[in-house]
Amino acid sequence: MLDAKTIDAIAEEIIAKMRAGESAPAPAAPSQPRRDAAVPAQPPASRPQGGIAQGEMEDITSAAHKAVPTLRDPADYDALIRMKGRTSARIGVGRCGPRVLTQTMLTLRADHALARDAVFTDVDPAFLEKNGLFSVQTNCADKNTHITRPDLGRQLSGEAVKTIGEKCQKNPDVQIIVSDGLSSKAIEANVENALPAIVEGLRSRGLSVGTPFFIRFGRVAAEDAVAELLGAKVVCILIGERPGLGTAESMSAYICYDAKVGQPEARRTVVSNIHKGGISSVEAGAYIAELIKKIYDAKASGVELKQ
Amino acid sequence: MGYKTLLSGQIFTFDSVKEVLAKANEEKSGDILAGVAAKSGLERIAAKEVLSQMTLEELRQNPAVPYEEDEVTRLNQDSINESIYSSIKGWTVSDLREWLMEYTTTEEDIRRVSKALTAEMVAAVAKLMTNLDLVYAASKIRVPAHCNTTIGLRGTLSTRLQPNHTTDNVEGITASLFEGLSYGCGDALIGLNPSGDTVASLTEILKRFDEVKNRFEIPTQICVLGHITTQLEAVKRGAPADMIFQSIAGSQKGNEAFGFTTDHIREAMELLRRHGTGTGPNVMYFETGQGSELSSDAHYGADQVTMEARCYAYAREFKPFMVNTVVGFIGPEYLYDSRQVIRAGLEDHFMGKLSGIPMGCDCCYTNHMLAEQNDIENLAMLLGAAGANYILGVPTSDDVMLNYQTNAYHDAAAIREILGLRPIREFDLWLEKMGISENGKLTGRAGDPTIFLEKGGRG
Repeated sequence: MLDAKTIDAIAEEIIAKMRAGESAPAPAAPSQPRRDAAVPAQPPASRPQGGIAQGEMEDITSAAHKAVPTLRDPADYDALIRMKGRTSARIGVGRCGPRVLTQTMLTLRADHALARDAVFTDVDPAFLEKNGLFSVQTNCADKNTHITRPDLGRQLSGEAVKTIGEKCQKNPDVQIIVSDGLSSKAIEANVENALPAIVEGLRSRGLSVGTPFFIRFGRVAAEDAVAELLGAKVVCILIGERPGLGTAESMSAYICYDAKVGQPEARRTVVSNIHKGGISSVEAGAYIAELIKKIYDAKASGVELKQ
Repeated sequence: MGYKTLLSGQIFTFDSVKEVLAKANEEKSGDILAGVAAKSGLERIAAKEVLSQMTLEELRQNPAVPYEEDEVTRLNQDSINESIYSSIKGWTVSDLREWLMEYTTTEEDIRRVSKALTAEMVAAVAKLMTNLDLVYAASKIRVPAHCNTTIGLRGTLSTRLQPNHTTDNVEGITASLFEGLSYGCGDALIGLNPSGDTVASLTEILKRFDEVKNRFEIPTQICVLGHITTQLEAVKRGAPADMIFQSIAGSQKGNEAFGFTTDHIREAMELLRRHGTGTGPNVMYFETGQGSELSSDAHYGADQVTMEARCYAYAREFKPFMVNTVVGFIGPEYLYDSRQVIRAGLEDHFMGKLSGIPMGCDCCYTNHMLAEQNDIENLAMLLGAAGANYILGVPTSDDVMLNYQTNAYHDAAAIREILGLRPIREFDLWLEKMGISENGKLTGRAGDPTIFLEKGGRG
């Protein structure tokens, strides 16, 4: 999701470009004849005609692209830019008859494809290897089971229990886990920065950190089974959130002190919205380490921490 | 007592009415998750066959949740018109289905019989209907309602304009609102889901909606869909509201999980009667959706269609202005793919209309479901044909706050034109006055949110 500042900055830049005459007027739309020929319309943002202009390729899913209104001949162009700057909603898009313009439709479909791919593709094994994470699986046998059986996504498979037992340090102060959840893209976009920052931050605060690993087809509460299995005092799962069209790369951290299988959700402390347009992965890593230390010292998380 | 049938050389047995109802359901991932679904395609049809021969009396005597334990059951059972009921209690579910389809069965006839139907009967007949049956039967029944305007009359298709914003920025919300109005959306409701549930935030947004509604003399309703307790507090402190909203479930336990009781609803109706900005008499807005009871473990071993029908039985006690099934919001563990979500949308709309409530549908999907915009456009067309009171409208189909997709602001205009429908009369006249539409078609000015700035709106 774009924050308001970013949107404002983009909007200002676009207005400045318009003023500087960098854009050529687009042809009037056949379905929307100019209402008042005496008043020259503000030039709508032009798209390169006939393909790629001057070697510059435009990405229709980019924030800069989306900030440009495609509505032809608005009554007040500057106001429209201002209005677009105040919301990330897709307004000022225009129409052909009662339908959306081709470009609008394609941008939407591209964003949806990105979100769907984030849910339905796996985290790249090479990525896990590069980040030193071995992989285990929940009781979900495949992706379809994963999205339809949240109960199975909270349970470790028999083989996972065995592997974790063999490979992981027991009774750590803190156990970090990474899991795909509902977005593999969130993991690939954020873990590389966030994980070392958390581990470093915890070690520098004198806490022992267990062996991190990856859980395929995981739900948040899978961390409870891991905490019980390894005797970790604090457990933290970095997990991909259900993608929106604004971003498919949002990751969250769910942290729990003395986690038990079947415990109420309210016992977890959550750091959400970790992605480029939200909390950056580096910033999130440092913050999570600090938060875990606080939880460790307080011996409490979730609503119990607040009280 | 048990039930038995022979089908294709196999004997199928069922222990209870609840089991028959559950297994007679079309396939839904939520029923599988709950462990109540038919184990095979043939068992599903066996259950349908048993259900088709079951009498309405047997269904009445076997509510999904016991009368003693559950307020929803009590409200439903105690409101049945006994004189009409005694004339139909011997009908089988098959009789009811065929009676609904008959040319000789009029809208008035259905409205009358509706007074004697419990939720389990409504759910049962839906389970014996094909998708076209659901569209056809629903198209016979109109349930209009009046707050400031009347929605749901034959020949109309209305929209709820949903200008949600990630941080509830009131200027951003207004920008999206103007965009929606410029496409002819908003005749059922201008209704926002707030991202923050505070009295101050709700009040600020309601004041802006009220200001826009009055400045441009828009014949419509306004509502901000916070928790009912937050809305009550806002209205008590003077916030303008035509309606009060709450999500509801098909059991008392489910409603408790939503954090409200029936007393809250009665308090809201009384508060709006004395301090609301709407004329009424219909001032409540409810939302539902198959699967919500299972998600709060409040389904009592019943299937999600039966629990959904119980939401409507509960809703009708409060004569709402609109009931909205947010059909695909809940996710693939309840409605797996486009086939299931389209089926659920048609079932919900039919069951709502048969229950006698002013039903519309948020034709929607999340990004982890196997559904896409094409499917939701299909559902909106089918519901337009079925006579739904309203669908939703958001900018370019993408709700940036709730992170799901529903119908675009554009869609209603296309569906209305294709099916020969209009917005409600007074809103249609308003659109013409504003130069947004002419004879039911968008004009050259339509789709431009800045036309409201020319006329004195804040930009």
